[in-house]
Amino acid sequence: MSTGITETEDDGTETQTQAVGAARAAGETYTEMDSQEIEAANEEARRRTRELVEEADRTVKLKVFRFDPEVPEKEEPRFDTFTVPFSKGMTVLDALMWARDQYDSSLTFRHSCRQAVCGSDALFVNGRQRLGCKTQVADLADSGIPKKVRIEPLPHAEVVKDLVVDMEHFYDQMESVEPYFQGEDTPDGLEEQYQSRENREKVKMSTRCIWCGACMSSCNIAAGNNDYLGPAAINKAYRFAMDDREGEDLTEHRLNIIEQEHGVWRCQTQFSCTEVCPKDIPLTEHIQELKREAVKKNLKFW
Amino acid sequence: MHEHDVIVVGGGGAGLRAAIAAHEEGADVAIVTKLHPVRSHTGAAEGGINAALRDGDDPKDHAYDTMKGSDYLGDAPAIETLCEMSPEETIQLEHWGMPFSREDDGRVSQRPFGGLSFPRTTYAGAETGHHLLHTMYEQVVKRGITVYDEFYVTELATTDHPDPEERECHGCIAYDIKSGDLVGFEASGGVILATGGDGQAFDHTTNAVANTGDGLAMAYRAGVPVEDPEFVQFHPTTLPSTGVLISEGVRGEGGILYNGDGERFMFEHGYANNDGELASRDVVSRAELTEVNEGRGIEDEYVYLDMRHLGEERVVDRLENILHLAEDFEGVDGLDEPMPVKPGQHYHMGGIETNENGHTCIDGLYAAGECACVSVHGSNRLGGNALPELIVFGARAGYHAAGRDLGEARIPTGPSARTEDETGLDTPVSPGAIDQPDPDAVADGGAMTADPAATVERTLDGERARVEEMMERDGINHAEIRSDLQDAMTQNVNVFREKEGIQDALETIRDCRERYQNVAVADPSRTFNTDLLHTIETRNLIDVAETIALGALAREEFRGAHWRAEHQARDDEDWLKHTMIAWNDGEPDLYYTDVLLEGEEKTYEPKIRSY
Ligand SMILES: Cc1cc2nc3c(=O)[nH]c(=O)nc-3n(C[C@H](O)[C@H](O)[C@H](O)COP(=O)(O)OP(=O)(O)OC[C@H]3O[C@@H](n4cnc5c(N)ncnc54)[C@H](O)[C@@H]3O)c2cc1C
Ligand code: SF4
Ligand code: FES
Repeated sequence: MSTGITETEDDGTETQTQAVGAARAAGETYTEMDSQEIEAANEEARRRTRELVEEADRTVKLKVFRFDPEVPEKEEPRFDTFTVPFSKGMTVLDALMWARDQYDSSLTFRHSCRQAVCGSDALFVNGRQRLGCKTQVADLADSGIPKKVRIEPLPHAEVVKDLVVDMEHFYDQMESVEPYFQGEDTPDGLEEQYQSRENREKVKMSTRCIWCGACMSSCNIAAGNNDYLGPAAINKAYRFAMDDREGEDLTEHRLNIIEQEHGVWRCQTQFSCTEVCPKDIPLTEHIQELKREAVKKNLKFW
Repeated sequence: MHEHDVIVVGGGGAGLRAAIAAHEEGADVAIVTKLHPVRSHTGAAEGGINAALRDGDDPKDHAYDTMKGSDYLGDAPAIETLCEMSPEETIQLEHWGMPFSREDDGRVSQRPFGGLSFPRTTYAGAETGHHLLHTMYEQVVKRGITVYDEFYVTELATTDHPDPEERECHGCIAYDIKSGDLVGFEASGGVILATGGDGQAFDHTTNAVANTGDGLAMAYRAGVPVEDPEFVQFHPTTLPSTGVLISEGVRGEGGILYNGDGERFMFEHGYANNDGELASRDVVSRAELTEVNEGRGIEDEYVYLDMRHLGEERVVDRLENILHLAEDFEGVDGLDEPMPVKPGQHYHMGGIETNENGHTCIDGLYAAGECACVSVHGSNRLGGNALPELIVFGARAGYHAAGRDLGEARIPTGPSARTEDETGLDTPVSPGAIDQPDPDAVADGGAMTADPAATVERTLDGERARVEEMMERDGINHAEIRSDLQDAMTQNVNVFREKEGIQDALETIRDCRERYQNVAVADPSRTFNTDLLHTIETRNLIDVAETIALGALAREEFRGAHWRAEHQARDDEDWLKHTMIAWNDGEPDLYYTDVLLEGEEKTYEPKIRSY
């Protein structure tokens, strides 16, 4: 059956479209719904979806990457196209959620906060790493609404299903830089460790990372060399190395970590990480600064 | 089956703190969480943490402000514990390296917040929660605490005894999102629920999509009463199109609210002649909606929050994140234009009934954080009081579950704390469950045996059957049920409430419950089946929404965040008591318990709350 709404390259999506409008309007007893009633309810939902799309002043087509190793129709990666009514302020995440709730509940992606703090919906949208929730659909075209928005999982990561990628490697890299404060002599009780405004300012940007993985995905070197710590982990090391509350010995220990074979020296200053970071962290600059610190440290001992 | 001493469900602020505490106490602890910890919604908190740190301030003043803010529905032993422990817990975070904002002398900064008599809100820019969450997760990594991330807990494994106070919790069941396996978790010391808020019961909310009240619903079905569910906080300053929060810190720094006529209505229309914009949240929310309802709003929907006069330097220094949020989610440059704001669902004051050790009436079951109600917020939470709640009561639950003696709790819990029953509540339909999965089970998912492993196994079998059925049958999708539920709550159980509306909402909830009997999961895959997760979450939302609406219908007074058209006064004579809703044989049982106004040194006398 075709709704004429989704031009699916493979027929998968429409058959899974479901909802309940009609049965509800008719005020039936739902506990006893039989298969015919269920089909009627679902057909009604499809009709309402069609209406919503037809009534919309403007629509946008989402071309979405699909893959599921377990489902025969999706074993071979493909793209599905969903037509979504456009409204002002709509983000890529809103559009994806609409497509999932109205057309195909199996469409899979991570998301949670909708406000660019949880870092779970980094996606490859129109050829660039972006947070779905922070990207206005309207901003994807120079003027007006884009005809098509192409949504793919983050490149250079293993796809688990649809838009979900495996983040384990990213987490491992983050954890390998000992990402925790190790100040030795913390004062007792309610006494604080003092920190100057300047020092806090110095580390401020580096503390904003939300672990979205966009930078890692955009980095050619990280893609080619899986051991490279990558921009996010190095930035995490920067966050602690530059924090005055950790003593000099620790700073040196941290510089040793990032200076190792797969550390800062792999960075070829291509700035792609800095360009995509949704938190505007000057990643390349931080990496460069650590390189300088490492050189200074070594000079001292030579 | 996985076995640990302590299982913490949830990796937000409360869960992480609980896990660190249990670990410090020497327990083998694991965190089981549906999101990777750094994705938890604690990361969205903006404004700050209240802690009496400075000369001139005192935990006793903090306790007094909190008691007053709660409109005298908070329990003094809980509030005093919160205020006394908050300074050390806050400084603990500083010692763990949390990047707080700093004063010129290098000490952590504090700022004024609504309802506080001292500027005691300690903050890190306008992204305090992000830093708190990441700092604590760092400490979890440092200690090598086991984290099962992307594991969705579907049910608690409790023994089955007619009296909930005789039940024991031995673990829980989780769905491994990546592999699709259902797994049993056995905990010899205890299970700590730290699953966060339930804002998804409403349509316009500051909460994450993952905030679906799972822990609250699971504890409720296992037999723990839900305390004061009707008290839902609506935050006065959320962006109209998305519900994204504009922190109270903006008003704390001097931000001003204007109506469509350019009037500073908090003063000019007499809503709060002393505190103006810094009156407590319920007061400001109602003021804004009154302005809109009386035709003085903008586009019949919102009012303006202006911070332009604060100057670029101050705004960038202290509220930079707000500039980003306003720009990204509303297209407004906060340095150049006022920001449109309206009230939105924000926080659930009610929750799983616990005592000040985080313990529920079921042996081995704890709760902490937003899902819990130890009763520090009463009928209205003061801004900046939730983050200290996470660390104070998260820590206490962790220590207690791991065996530390925290002394006798002063707050009684469970049905034996009952003081009176509500009779003759006029609900449109008999509320409660339909189609109990196991007619023999009193507690949902309960088991007749006392053997821990067998209890977990039996619950696991039950969950397998439930999931299989939803995956195999044909049926309807949960999404529309969820959205109807959210609409009904937003329409009728919002800032302004009236009897008929609440009854309508209950009818819709009942209808959703019935339709849910025919719900099915269309995605046949075991890998990362979010369709299945969202379907299970929707059932939890139905349970949560029902307790909120029932509590709201029953409470015939106006207290804190609970405004009723028919009852325009606080009525201490009849209503100075906690609402309790317990799942009893699949029916919600409504009863009341006493509010504890007696503190360590003094008794808090209810006064008229004015700002
Ligand atoms: C936008 C915003 C701003 C705020 N600002 C402030 C502020 O400035 N000051 C303040 O004091 N308070 C603030 N609050 C309130 C406060 O942030 C929250 O109440 C608090 O962070 C909740 O923390 P939590 O640990 O209880 O839950 P969360 O941080 O939401 O964590 C819940 C955890 O439980 C897990 N979970 C949920 N269900 C399941 C399940 N079924 N199985 C497994 N895991 C599960 C999730 O994965 C998550 O890890 C704010 C709230 C919001 C929404
Ligand atoms: S540095 Fe930026 S892009 Fe990289 S993970 Fe952190 S927030 Fe994402
Ligand atoms: S949904 Fe949290 S960052 Fe986008």
